Amino acid sequence: MAALLEWILLPLSYPFMVRGLLAAVMVGVVCAAVGTYVVLRGMAFFGDALAHAILPGVAVGYLVSGGARGPLFWWGMLTAVLTAIGIGAVGSRTDLKEDTTIGILFAGMFALGIALISTVRSYAVDLAHFLFGDVLAVSRGDLWLTAAFGGFVLLAILAFFKEFLVLSFDPVLATTLRLPSTLLRYLLLVLIAVAVVVSLQTVGVALMVAMLVTPAATAYLLTRRLLSMMAVACAIGAVSGVTGLYLSYYVGVASGAAIVLVCTVLFLLVLLLSPRRGVVWGWLRRPRR
Amino acid sequence: MPLLSKVVRHREEAPILELTGVAVRYNGHSVLEDISFCLSRGEQVAVVGPNGAGKSTLFRVIAGVLAPAEGDVLVSGHRPGGHICIAYVPQRSQVDWSFPVTVTDVVMMGRVGRLGLFRHPGERDWRYARSCLEEVDLAGLADRQISELSGGQQQRMFIARALAQEAELMLMDEPLTGLDLPSQEEIFRVLAQLRAREVTVMVATHDLNLAAERFDRVMLLKNRMLGLGRADEVFTAERLQVAYGGHLRLVETPDGVIVLSDTCCEGGSAHGRAS
Repeated sequence: MAALLEWILLPLSYPFMVRGLLAAVMVGVVCAAVGTYVVLRGMAFFGDALAHAILPGVAVGYLVSGGARGPLFWWGMLTAVLTAIGIGAVGSRTDLKEDTTIGILFAGMFALGIALISTVRSYAVDLAHFLFGDVLAVSRGDLWLTAAFGGFVLLAILAFFKEFLVLSFDPVLATTLRLPSTLLRYLLLVLIAVAVVVSLQTVGVALMVAMLVTPAATAYLLTRRLLSMMAVACAIGAVSGVTGLYLSYYVGVASGAAIVLVCTVLFLLVLLLSPRRGVVWGWLRRPRR
Repeated sequence: MPLLSKVVRHREEAPILELTGVAVRYNGHSVLEDISFCLSRGEQVAVVGPNGAGKSTLFRVIAGVLAPAEGDVLVSGHRPGGHICIAYVPQRSQVDWSFPVTVTDVVMMGRVGRLGLFRHPGERDWRYARSCLEEVDLAGLADRQISELSGGQQQRMFIARALAQEAELMLMDEPLTGLDLPSQEEIFRVLAQLRAREVTVMVATHDLNLAAERFDRVMLLKNRMLGLGRADEVFTAERLQVAYGGHLRLVETPDGVIVLSDTCCEGGSAHGRAS
């Protein structure tokens, strides 16, 4: 028992670990909350694209500020919000399928980001930082930004809970109730964008989509109402963040990867064993010949 | 009040629904052309026509989801965009039944327009939703996830949602399709209650027989309106031939026209319908 306690407490003696844990929990919760809508509305690809499309913005910020990390958050935020609105506007206006237009924009922006970063000498290290995040480098100021913007996202999701529910379940009802559907759709895109930027430093661009989708999908298998799905998703996100960070500390693997792996393992366990939709029970229930 | 929209006051003397010269086109291709008609309060009308006749499009225009290219839609004297009293009951195949909501949650969605922004449903709203479920005889299933309902129950749940919306005009897109006879009877029982509430109902259906027997008037639609009135006046051999073409076999008998239809949507099964 004492050993377990020490196992838990030891990392907490490092301030960078405490900051990392706080960031991981906040990011887990915020991503899972918006992720609920990402899963229900089938926007996983949009989330992935958005995360990648931030890269050029962050890269420009990086070049302009001469390597300082502080302004990157704001550059990322600007790019993410503009991209989200851009995809929302372009997606429905061409004859191409929406996932095709997203794919084109996403790869193009990502390439631009890599091109920009490659002009710097410390190219490989910096790129890795953006791609995979570094939760242990989170500063006190980063934490406050994460808390403020994460709190904004959560508040907005709760404030417009019933409107987002109607919009996601039945867009025609949203119209006949004369809800401002277009405004709500863009608001949701912006909220996803903000969540992505807030998580940038924790999991990085490449693994972002897992934070949005995996906890929410796990919760989907376990629950039958939207609010409980969201609550369970947030809990899974937070637990994955903490567990992943401890794993990263003791096993010595990259923090972002560890967090996402914990999410994935939880998902697989639930997929197999969940009481209602579990695969294993389905096999057992099937009549034998 | 709902965010950023004004709900108009009804003009009592105006008909509940009036269309004049409504036309809808997709990419230059005409879906609806020159639709004009008028419904009075509490009327129940069946809208009949083959697949692609524009039944759903007509409903979407009336609900204000789609703007007509020409013509005007007036609901109680105003354009549909100002009303929250128009309920569109979707086809069951259009609904994501695995969505994490219970039956009560769906019914409560109908209240969202009345609740307004930043207000969560309170005790009174839940009671109201409950009474709407009782009206359609679903109170016992209130806490079920929606995929656990049968087809007829799913349909009645959406009618309960329309009641929660305090709808005065209900547009039901093929509510009878794919239901067995007892489930269809349940729907008609609910429709009878709607009549008592003076709710005006338009029902799209493939079933000429039920349309003729159970509704005040029938509308025959094939991109244009081929007729609106009593079934024996509208369902004439000539007009049905125009609407359905070769998909309908008409057999003249001493008792009138027998219609053999094979246009139904599900599985393409042929079954006889007499009119």
